[in-house]
Amino acid sequence: MAEYTVNKTLDCKGLKCPMPIVKMSQEMPKAAIGDVIEVISTDPGALSDFPAWAKTTGNQVVDTKQEAGLIKIYVKRLK
Amino acid sequence: MAVDVEQQLALLKAQLEERPGAKKKLSMVVFSGDLDKHIASMIIATGAAAMGMEVVLFYTFWGTAALRDPHKKVGGKNLVEKMFGMMLPKGRNKTKLSSMHMAGMGTAMIKNIMKKKNVASLDEMFDIAGQLGIKIVLCEMSMDLMGLKREEMIDYPNMSVGGVATFLADAAESSIQLFI
Repeated sequence: MAEYTVNKTLDCKGLKCPMPIVKMSQEMPKAAIGDVIEVISTDPGALSDFPAWAKTTGNQVVDTKQEAGLIKIYVKRLK
Repeated sequence: MAVDVEQQLALLKAQLEERPGAKKKLSMVVFSGDLDKHIASMIIATGAAAMGMEVVLFYTFWGTAALRDPHKKVGGKNLVEKMFGMMLPKGRNKTKLSSMHMAGMGTAMIKNIMKKKNVASLDEMFDIAGQLGIKIVLCEMSMDLMGLKREEMIDYPNMSVGGVATFLADAAESSIQLFI
């Protein structure tokens, strides 16, 4: 995995579809290009939703972690 | 020679961008009046908007009733229009499940489960839709047939009235077209 630093954490615990990606769409424009946003989610759908979101919006999922019942997805702003 | 190729390339690029269905856009016809179908259309619409797509929702026939504001009173309706007004659900929170409605029990159950599992309610989704710039077009003909007036509809930031050509123009340049 490439090195990255987390610039912002988006707490989406307890939020269900479509809220996690809605929140991401509102948060990403505030980030600088190259920033990595960490999303913490309890929604299993997020595992496939975020890569799909990233692909359509031209961003990139750089890492995914699953620990202690939480899903952590790291999305990097590419443009 | 090189200039010619560049020119042709630029022309082709422009044509590519102009072709129908090229825009990152979703056009949806909301024809059904059932609660479950309204929830599905809102989740898809807000999801699409969250993914950077332009979204247009064309509410027609039974779907139009969901846009009524239960707090607004409107006069000037003839007898048939008044009847329609009474028989149609007064707004999105009065719509029913398309199956398992079970005299109201099923509908109440699904709303309860959604709340328990923290799924956004229809009210919340309409709010988000407004924030995300999702456009709603009301079918003029449906409103006319069912005697629904513009003044009795909800306040929504991006709402207009239109006909079939309005929808088709949007649909023709969309990459996704849906009928719910």
